[in-house]
Amino acid sequence: MAKVIVITSGKGGVGKTTTSASFSSGLALRGNKTVVIDFDVGLRNLDLIMGCERRVVYDIINVINGEVSLKQALIKDKNCDNLFILPASQTRDKDALNLEGVARILEELKQSFDFIVCDSPAGIESGAFMAMYFADEALVVTNPEVSSVRDSDRILGILAAKSKRAVEGLEPVKEHLLVTRYDPKRVNAGEMLSVTDIQEILRIPLLGVIPESESVLKASNSGTPAIHLDKSDVADAYRDVVGRFMGEELPMRFVAEKAGFLKRLLGGR
Amino acid sequence: MSIEIPAFKIKTGTLPVLQLHILTTDMAQLKEQLALRLKLTPDFFASTPIALELSAIAESGAGLNYAELASFMLEHGMCAAGIVGGSAEQRAAAVQAGLGLFTEAPARNVTKREAGHAITANPAVELHEQPELPGFSGVESENQPVDPPSAQVAAETPPVRATMVIDRPVRTGQRIYAEGGNLVVLAIVNAGAELIADGDIHVYAPMRGKAIAGARGNEAARIFVQGMEAELLSIAGCFKVFEDGIPENVRGKPAQVHLEGSRLHIQPLMH
Repeated sequence: MAKVIVITSGKGGVGKTTTSASFSSGLALRGNKTVVIDFDVGLRNLDLIMGCERRVVYDIINVINGEVSLKQALIKDKNCDNLFILPASQTRDKDALNLEGVARILEELKQSFDFIVCDSPAGIESGAFMAMYFADEALVVTNPEVSSVRDSDRILGILAAKSKRAVEGLEPVKEHLLVTRYDPKRVNAGEMLSVTDIQEILRIPLLGVIPESESVLKASNSGTPAIHLDKSDVADAYRDVVGRFMGEELPMRFVAEKAGFLKRLLGGR
Repeated sequence: MSIEIPAFKIKTGTLPVLQLHILTTDMAQLKEQLALRLKLTPDFFASTPIALELSAIAESGAGLNYAELASFMLEHGMCAAGIVGGSAEQRAAAVQAGLGLFTEAPARNVTKREAGHAITANPAVELHEQPELPGFSGVESENQPVDPPSAQVAAETPPVRATMVIDRPVRTGQRIYAEGGNLVVLAIVNAGAELIADGDIHVYAPMRGKAIAGARGNEAARIFVQGMEAELLSIAGCFKVFEDGIPENVRGKPAQVHLEGSRLHIQPLMH
């Protein structure tokens, strides 16, 4: 049975779209038929991160309005055979989405895909609500700072109260915590919350920690999901996230500060 | 048609009814403020039957044009079903206007209503309503019955309400209201979350949000917390915030809160 996964956070700029791109690519790289949907209608970004912006002809709103078929709107990813992208509309706003339309699209996608990844817009308004309503599982993306953690807490509350699973009294949405832009050095200096601090507040299982890295920006600008980068902490971290999501037990990397050359020499830490 | 097959049954039932407490006989003022209030939550009432509570204007001798008020309310999605209290003339006038007469609710021991959270922007109209609950599973609560079948008995032994138990985290922006009873939370309560109970509140986890016990004025209500990190504590309308942090002796520790006079006391729970 196909799984619907929402990538959400409440706060903007924490790495939802970056995560959506890498996570869905990671699922596809493992042979899963995966589709990633951009719910950020009006502020379309996912196509840029995936490097397919020049191939966008139709979008999710066209499909909802019945102007084109789903097949016509899906874009095949350039890096993975098993991955498709359903872009958002840039010229419309979030009101163009509606629950019936989204339900119809998801039902149709479930026929032919294993995983449906929904990239949520920031905020708690209708766009974010549409993205999370049908979710079976949720990746809550959080930066190690208080405002981001509080917004994630709010989103978790909404998931527990207003998602379809909650409203219909089914098994609750499975929640995963993903901490991004993590910098152990700044955590040790007391400038950022630690993973333990974040978990102490949110109390949901940790799926992974993505280290802060300049390579993410480069990857975004070049339209390649970070998971495809060579010799990059971020790519390794996202591969671990996908592995854990698929049920593998992997040690948590990138949480401790990298030992510098001198430190290693002196055996410190 | 056979007479053996009954076409109707008459039964008594205790149904929840919202009460609109009328605090003025000035119709213009009442209408204006009512319209203003209803604009904020246009769908809140959706044809819910409403009892007009007249005790506040019973002494005034003046009456209201009930037919006019009822049609005004109907225009705004409220359905006036009848009146509670009021003087003999007022009751007669209401019957004239086609409204029903509710038996007066029994006097309650606790009448104070100045709960810390009750923001009454509207002096002339006081609505007794449930706070809006964020669709949290298992938090439905019953409204006060307007017309208990045996009013005398009910007045002597207040009805026992089930304790509401919440076993999942209460997160920022969520509000849980245990109407008429106690509230027990078994999971974390985060900053920005709100617990309200007409009775006691127990939290068997870190408590970082707001706790409002005795929300309808029960001064004997208490708050028990396993990890005291609250933003705000309130009992029967007396509240305390912690701008300078929570006192060292209870911070993060098991604690209880009770009211002495008009002061909130926070004490560590010792073994």
